[in-house]
Amino acid sequence: MGFEKFLFYVFALITLWASGMVITRRNPVHSVLFLVLAFVASAALWILLEAEFLGIVLVLVYVGAVMVLFVFVIMMLDVDIATMRAGFIRYLPLGIVIASVMAVEIFLVVGPGNFGLAAFPPPEPAAAGVSNVENLGRLLYTVYVYPVEIAAVILLVAIVAAIRLTLRRRPDSKYVNPARQVRVKKGPDRVRLVKMATEDVVAAPAGVNHSDAGENP
Amino acid sequence: MENVYLIIVLAPLLGAIVAGFFGGRIGRHGAHSVTIAGVTVSTVLSLWVLSRFIWGDLAVFNGAVYTWMIVDGMHFEVGFLVDKLTALMMATVTFVSLMVHIYTIGYMADDEHNWPQGALIGKNSYQRFFSYISLFTFSMLMLVMSNNFMQLFFGWEAVGLVSYLLIGFWSTRESAIFANLKAFLVNRVGDFGFILGIAAIGMYFGSMDYAEVFAMAPGQAGTQVAVFGGVSLMSLICILLFIGAMGKSAQVPLHVWLPDSMEGPTPISALIHAATMVTAGVFMVARMSPLYELSETALSFVMIIGATTAFFMGLVGLVQNDIKRVVAYSTLSQLGYMVAALGASAYAAGIFHLMTHAFFKALLFLAAGSVIIALHHKQDIREMGGLRKYMPITWVTALLGSLALIGFPGFSGFFSKDAIIEAVGASQIFGSGYATLLLTVGVLITALYSFRMYFLVFHGKERMDEHTKRHLHEPSWVVTVPLVLLAIPSVFIGWYTIEPLLIGDWLASGDWNPIVVAPAHDTLAHLREHWSGQAGFIHHGLSAAPFFLSMLGLVIAAVVWWLVHAWNPRIDDQLQALGGPVTRILQDKYGFDDFNQRVFAGGIRSLGRTLWMTGDRRVIDGALVNGSARSVGRIAQRVRHLQTGYLYHYAIAMIVGLVGLMTIFVAF
Amino acid sequence: MIALSDYLILGGLLFSIAVTGIFLNRKNIILLLMCIELMLLAVNMNFVAFSHFRGDMTGQVFVFFILTVAAAEAAIGLAILVVVFRSRRSINVEDLDTLKG
Repeated sequence: MGFEKFLFYVFALITLWASGMVITRRNPVHSVLFLVLAFVASAALWILLEAEFLGIVLVLVYVGAVMVLFVFVIMMLDVDIATMRAGFIRYLPLGIVIASVMAVEIFLVVGPGNFGLAAFPPPEPAAAGVSNVENLGRLLYTVYVYPVEIAAVILLVAIVAAIRLTLRRRPDSKYVNPARQVRVKKGPDRVRLVKMATEDVVAAPAGVNHSDAGENP
Repeated sequence: MENVYLIIVLAPLLGAIVAGFFGGRIGRHGAHSVTIAGVTVSTVLSLWVLSRFIWGDLAVFNGAVYTWMIVDGMHFEVGFLVDKLTALMMATVTFVSLMVHIYTIGYMADDEHNWPQGALIGKNSYQRFFSYISLFTFSMLMLVMSNNFMQLFFGWEAVGLVSYLLIGFWSTRESAIFANLKAFLVNRVGDFGFILGIAAIGMYFGSMDYAEVFAMAPGQAGTQVAVFGGVSLMSLICILLFIGAMGKSAQVPLHVWLPDSMEGPTPISALIHAATMVTAGVFMVARMSPLYELSETALSFVMIIGATTAFFMGLVGLVQNDIKRVVAYSTLSQLGYMVAALGASAYAAGIFHLMTHAFFKALLFLAAGSVIIALHHKQDIREMGGLRKYMPITWVTALLGSLALIGFPGFSGFFSKDAIIEAVGASQIFGSGYATLLLTVGVLITALYSFRMYFLVFHGKERMDEHTKRHLHEPSWVVTVPLVLLAIPSVFIGWYTIEPLLIGDWLASGDWNPIVVAPAHDTLAHLREHWSGQAGFIHHGLSAAPFFLSMLGLVIAAVVWWLVHAWNPRIDDQLQALGGPVTRILQDKYGFDDFNQRVFAGGIRSLGRTLWMTGDRRVIDGALVNGSARSVGRIAQRVRHLQTGYLYHYAIAMIVGLVGLMTIFVAF
Repeated sequence: MIALSDYLILGGLLFSIAVTGIFLNRKNIILLLMCIELMLLAVNMNFVAFSHFRGDMTGQVFVFFILTVAAAEAAIGLAILVVVFRSRRSINVEDLDTLKG
């Protein structure tokens, strides 16, 4: 049992334990934190599989962004945990039965009989100079360049959609409309500077209009 | 010549279109001018064509003017076959039609009284009527000039359609609507047979063209078809075509529409019953003589039907009191004579009688119409009498027409009817004895009903009320001129045309002979052999049974309805009472109407009601339409409880399904 | 040595745990979303493992796209959640039964 195998078991167990905790915790915030743990352990496993870039991305993007989003939402919404937990025990047996049937079936399919070392011998460890990031990058920006662009569009759409969905106008909020600012014309919309001769303080006649400037739109 | 023929056909159509669509704009005068102009053009050209055939050497025209479509080698086209038979028909049709057009100006002059006050339908009815009768002329010309079965069928149906429009012209009268529907439906029955016959021709000959079919027909004489357990193809085709003719030419049992069609204005009665529609069947059978000669069964059928119609419909005419109905039953009877002549293979005699009949029957109808005008649309002959003083022209022409009808020696009807009776007598096919007997006795009946009507209308006491009597006078010249013009041929046409038509071979031109008679069926041969001029024919006729019977009928009619009626006006009713059940049967017209009304109309109505109540409302509406909607609703009512709307239920269903699929995948 | 089947079994177990999670936390929509993330993680694990053992980078490309789409999905899902909460003052699945037949 090499060190590698030890690491695998450690991280695998952490992943399983963490995900088990995700689904059983009473507090959703705890669940999210355990999910983060599961992701981090998985990232470690991926690095074991020489997928360093994806491992890093999983931690950076998922843990750093998506999970934080989850925490953010949970914190923001006033969730009544008690009602949510109702029936938790009642469905536990059924869930476990279904899940174990599924696990057994998956085991039958992907077990060592079909995908063991005999069928898929472990590849040679990558040479020191080989960069996973570079390989993946070459692939993404040559063969998969269009899918990458599409993925970019999907993300953009997701951003726009998320913003539009959650956007709420408050009647009391003060803001500037940039579109109107841009459309300002030179003539009547702008502040006009009026040049005047300096007034003689003594001979100032009454009724001279001081507010001759145009109004700010 | 093609253009001449086209003009003959299209001139009435043009008139009909102008008068029909622009009637309101061109007014009454414009409408009758344009239609009469169209028909005059047709008449003049038709007479010219006929004269070129008689005195010139005009060649037979047989060709297509327009090919509509070609399907599987079968040509559907508009084409004309103009030979002497056609020319004769064209001249007869257009001449009588022209007379009717002119007469209509007088008859329909105050047509607005026939409509409800201010009814929209009554507007421009005068123009519409002219449009219809011109359209009728066009249809009939298309029919007789056709050179193929498709156009024949077109003309056939067009005539049926326009007769429907004309019989029901006074469409606010319920009886008129009933009559035109009846005419239309009865004609549909006949047309069904007709189109089946045409379909059989198309199926076995692969052609719609007359000449091609006639050329191929002898080759098919022995063909048997598996219908009704095997019949000869030619018999089947001929009988099916004749069923169409029975509808159009009003033969028993499809005659029921014709008496009722008297609901229409009198001019169209003259048009339908004299020159156009009813002669279509006779003409068609004569035209198809090359086919009929191949089937003795069909000929026997035709002859028996014709003779039956001739005799029994004449009997019904005896008990009718409506002046137009008497003439209508007389028409049925005379059509029976023509059809019987066709059955005896004396096609020329049939056509000959068709022509003479066209003149004197049109004359009688128009005379009846003239009487009706004078009596302000009263039609009951029991309320007439003594009209001869008031309406001399009508009286004389009606007398001439009646004499021609009963076959008084020298008049046109004499020649044609005697020729028919002789031909049928000479016929050897099955049923000829029966036909001879009925046709001979039929002469007596003809004389009886004709002169019963004549004496009751023109002689004896004046039985109409005072108000009507004060206004009695001869109608205007538009009515009397056609009467006179029709009376002339009614008297003389027989004398002049019997020799070329029956004795000579006039109808044949070159090697084209429209009338084909097998040597075994040549029933006019005897007449031809012993021919010694018209005077000889009359001389011979004076010693034959039909003459004595017609004179007997004339004398009986004169005694009973002139002399006796003078001091006993109730003699007519008493005689009818004497007949007892026979009279009742005749008045019921042998119960055809009741039978049709009860069995066919009633049966179809109850069948329709059954289908409506069970088939439509219960099965289709109830079970299929509403039923499927209801069952969808009911199933959905149950199934919708599956849709809880809870996310986790869907998720669980999905997961259970996934596990199921995985189990299938792993286990099998 | 660690066999491919080890990783695959790990993925299968993760997936099963996520399924159990859906059963247990069926009323908490946030937990349901997290379970979906777990399932995606299980699938990604398989992809990465296959990619490694077959020496084919395509598997990792696939994971890359799955991560992208999953991020978008999480963002929109949570946004919808926020909107639902705003309009109904609740994200209890039992209250969201508009689709009930």
